[in-house]
Amino acid sequence: MGAGHTHRLYRHGHSPVHGLPPHTKLAAAFLFVVVVVSTPREAMWAFALYAVLLAGVAYHARVPAGFLLRRLLIEVPFVAFAVLLPFVAEGERVDVLGLSLSMNGLWGAWNVLAKGTLGVAASVLLAATTELRELLLGLQRLKLPPLLVQIASFMIRYGDVIADEMRRMRIARESRGFEAKGVRHWGVLAKSAGALFIRSYERGERVHLAMVSRGYAGAMPVIDEVTASGAQWRHALTLPCAALVVCLLGWFL
Amino acid sequence: MHVPDGFIDAPTSAVTGVVAAGALAVSLRGARRELDERTAPLAGLVAAFIFAVQMLNFPVAAGTSGHLLGGALAAILVGPFTAVLCVSVVLLMQGVLFADGGLTALGVNITDMAIVTTVVSYAVFRGLLAVLPRKRRSVTVASFVAALVSVPAAAVAFTLIYAVGGTTDVSIGKVATAMIGVHVLIGIGEAVITALTVGAVVAVRPDLVHGARGLRQRLRLRVNGTLVDAPAPTAPVAARTSRRTLWVTGLVTSLVLAGFVSFYASANPDGLEKVAHDKGIDKKEGKHAASGSPLADYGVKDISDARLSGGLAGVIGVGVTVVAGSAVFWALRRRRGDDVSPVNTGV
Repeated sequence: MGAGHTHRLYRHGHSPVHGLPPHTKLAAAFLFVVVVVSTPREAMWAFALYAVLLAGVAYHARVPAGFLLRRLLIEVPFVAFAVLLPFVAEGERVDVLGLSLSMNGLWGAWNVLAKGTLGVAASVLLAATTELRELLLGLQRLKLPPLLVQIASFMIRYGDVIADEMRRMRIARESRGFEAKGVRHWGVLAKSAGALFIRSYERGERVHLAMVSRGYAGAMPVIDEVTASGAQWRHALTLPCAALVVCLLGWFL
Repeated sequence: MHVPDGFIDAPTSAVTGVVAAGALAVSLRGARRELDERTAPLAGLVAAFIFAVQMLNFPVAAGTSGHLLGGALAAILVGPFTAVLCVSVVLLMQGVLFADGGLTALGVNITDMAIVTTVVSYAVFRGLLAVLPRKRRSVTVASFVAALVSVPAAAVAFTLIYAVGGTTDVSIGKVATAMIGVHVLIGIGEAVITALTVGAVVAVRPDLVHGARGLRQRLRLRVNGTLVDAPAPTAPVAARTSRRTLWVTGLVTSLVLAGFVSFYASANPDGLEKVAHDKGIDKKEGKHAASGSPLADYGVKDISDARLSGGLAGVIGVGVTVVAGSAVFWALRRRRGDDVSPVNTGV
């Protein structure tokens, strides 16, 4: 926790995108992905336009392309899956470089790849321009149940603590000469997981007592109420609205 | 198993989103019963635990390793409602922060990985505990089987969702074989790790394990050389939940699902029908005995508009089911009410 209280996906900045209230950004990202998903897959140029739109947002937010592309690597498992699709799908086949591929599968692979990549890029931009605490406040403003938001905020807040606890247990195991090599060592690892659960649960009880002794009665006090002006909403919703225009063009052209 | 955007079509994603929201609402209510006012910090810490334990690598062989999915483990350790909340929060944060699983696919992911795994594993766990002897070992055995079943169950649920709203034309048979085949293997690993972990917790702090609550021994004191039962601590009175709101919400949800959303679903035959059709099983199928009835094939007979007809049939079906179910429930309650004499009502 020595590295400041920001998560590693966040990129500090003062751009116009950073300055927008979090709930407008959340709504914009979600609507954008919805629009992208409902675009017909045959309109290839529409996806190129979406990518241009996202690149515009990234430029506006001063998020460098390298940062964005590195974060996109999380998608690699889906890419592997999408590559498989043309081989297993039904329908008429075409021969490409001596391989028999399904037309339907090729379209499907393109569909998953294009929409998945745009979705991941939108989430990455959202996480890169919004602080964690702001994100949680935004979720609350978007009428997510307060209890759920509280659970999420505790998970985020203590996630690093619990992960650190796990790391210390690993170091303790390794300094005693233990090395997990195969199935035979699962018992030791599972005992660690059990101990981790007990520690997490007991920490939860302590946290609750500490909160109660500071006057917690079921709701967290909201110190900084975030409100969005009409202009800010219009600003944020430019992205999904532009995407919607592209989507409608994709349906009718 | 995180589903990305664009894998499942928009209407199906919306329907699963509604299902997930409903299940979350029920779980929020139920978790308050499991954890009372400590819900937020405890569920949050348990969610952090699940998040961390998913990073714990279990080496299999030759450099490959697996990790826990955690649905069954959470259900057994903290109870099904809290578990649904914790796993859903983990999925939500993974989707929003780490871009792991699409934003529009959140409904699919939560339905599949949070709801199906926990509900199935907890049902199996409870069922087994009812049959097995009341011993510590039974808890471990039951959690093994529960985790073993829960992972393929999630794969089956995914295959069903895919059959309704998949965007690629891969035959359902292939999807089912691949998904279930792989996940049976994953399930074995999950089962071993879950059973070992639950066993480790039960050995140290059995009071923390929600699934092992029945194991608690009565406190006995040795008074003058003879064992005497200590007076039982007064059990806290269970808070009465408002049944009516729950009932009304359920009814409205099913009416909406049946009357409006069913239009989208009925555009494709359901997975089983499709598999049957693909494999030619349904050629031998005779006409259903009720096929001449006014509601046959999920449509109302004399209404020609497909959307209206399907919707109406759905609404009527829900109505009939609710009336029949309530009648059975009411009759059973009457029967039980008659059996209980005024003497032994203090259960």
